[in-house]
Amino acid sequence: MYVAVKGGEKAIDNAHSWMSEIRRGDPSVPNVSLNQITEQLTLGVDRVMSEGSLYDKDLAALAIKQSRGDLIEAIFLLRAYRTTLKRFSYSKPIDTANMLCLRRISATFKDIPGGQKLGPTFDYTHRLLDFKLLAENETPLSPTQQFENKKVPHVLSFLNQEDLMQKEKDNNLDPIDITREPISFPTSRAARLQALSRGDEGFLLGLAYSTQRGYARNHAFVGELRIGIVEIELNIPELGFDINVAEIILTECETVNQFQGSKIEPPQFTRGYGLVFGQTERKALAMALIDRALRWKELGEDYSGAPAQDEEFVISHCDNIQATGFLEHIKLPHYVDFQSELELIRKIRADAKRNVKRL
Amino acid sequence: MIEKRKSWMSLLAISDQNDLLNLWDQKKIKISYEWLRQPEIGSIMAQGKMGVTGDKFNIGEVTITRCSVKLDCGTIGHSYVQGRSKRKAEISAVCDALLQTKMSKEVNENIIIPLEKIKKDKRDKILSKAEATKVDFFTLVRGESD
Repeated sequence: MYVAVKGGEKAIDNAHSWMSEIRRGDPSVPNVSLNQITEQLTLGVDRVMSEGSLYDKDLAALAIKQSRGDLIEAIFLLRAYRTTLKRFSYSKPIDTANMLCLRRISATFKDIPGGQKLGPTFDYTHRLLDFKLLAENETPLSPTQQFENKKVPHVLSFLNQEDLMQKEKDNNLDPIDITREPISFPTSRAARLQALSRGDEGFLLGLAYSTQRGYARNHAFVGELRIGIVEIELNIPELGFDINVAEIILTECETVNQFQGSKIEPPQFTRGYGLVFGQTERKALAMALIDRALRWKELGEDYSGAPAQDEEFVISHCDNIQATGFLEHIKLPHYVDFQSELELIRKIRADAKRNVKRL
Repeated sequence: MIEKRKSWMSLLAISDQNDLLNLWDQKKIKISYEWLRQPEIGSIMAQGKMGVTGDKFNIGEVTITRCSVKLDCGTIGHSYVQGRSKRKAEISAVCDALLQTKMSKEVNENIIIPLEKIKKDKRDKILSKAEATKVDFFTLVRGESD
């Protein structure tokens, strides 16, 4: 028999109170400000905005502070806030050819119009701890150089001209919005890209790595990776024209993959595509590899049973808020469920014992 | 006129709220107006294109605050600005209205032109830093040349 119980309110209150105290840490150490987080932990803020699926640096910084630096908890907070916002509208599609690039590289062509610009990158560092950062008042200043303010064309558009690259056509279709409609499988590439863009970086990284190791082998070159500022255009219904309403940082990655060709199409290169909020290049690159692996059906390739080819597997598990919600709920009291399991196993054992005696 | 209005509304929308508030407070423009729509915080869904040129897909949302005001002379100003600052939205809508009146020169000189300069300086700084990280390749000639 099991009697339902209530209780724990006081324990919960005190636990939260202690958590708040610990979050503040040693009171003799200065409190961390949101400005410090947005200015100095920028990539953490970017990750929270991308997976929280809401571009707002101040809120992401607040979430990071509140969650004591637990980024998945921070993403959870931002997602929860996001659901309370009234959705005004959908933006015009962002044209990344107009991006003001901080960084723009290609691993396929050395000489590209606009040049290879490394930007503020960790690449080519030696990954040695920099003890100079222990000294607190460093304000490094980097060099500048004369520039021409020209539009930076996409590298792969040059392959398009020779028809060597599969063209991505705009059929003017309205995409499904997975925040409004539940996904059903098989789904569209638009739904997959939305899910991947807000998906968990670690999950995408692991899956993308699996494609490189031979699960859905699909050798990818980085055709182009660019990070920079784009403006977002919105139609203002009161006025009947478009204005720019926001300026955000995006990371875009296009991979080049081989395609054997089909009965109706000659062999050509195909694309994997990643586009993510913030400076998030590991994730944008992983997203591009997974996007390409998931396109096997459309491109008439073989299904090798690899996880990265299974859209239901990938899309259903890439959301870390869904995942952590379900995973962590098993910590909560399951006393009644377990009581029934316990009674069942006792009964089975008692039956088994009687049977043994009879023998 | 529409092109100009699009341009100032866009500039106000993406300006840093502290920059806008500072410029506005310095100028101390006295103006009375009524709300047509109180500041309202919401979001828009940003869309991208698959493979740069293909069909649209949703990336994620961006916080936006909007409001509308009416000056005593009847001129209406709207704002849709990035972020969650109601004050930024309010000042932006008032500026949008004033820029359509005979006060436009004053607002243009004291708010819009300084904001344009801030924006240009910020962009030039990024472009000049990025340019300094541009790779110069040089080819090593190997073997014997004729």
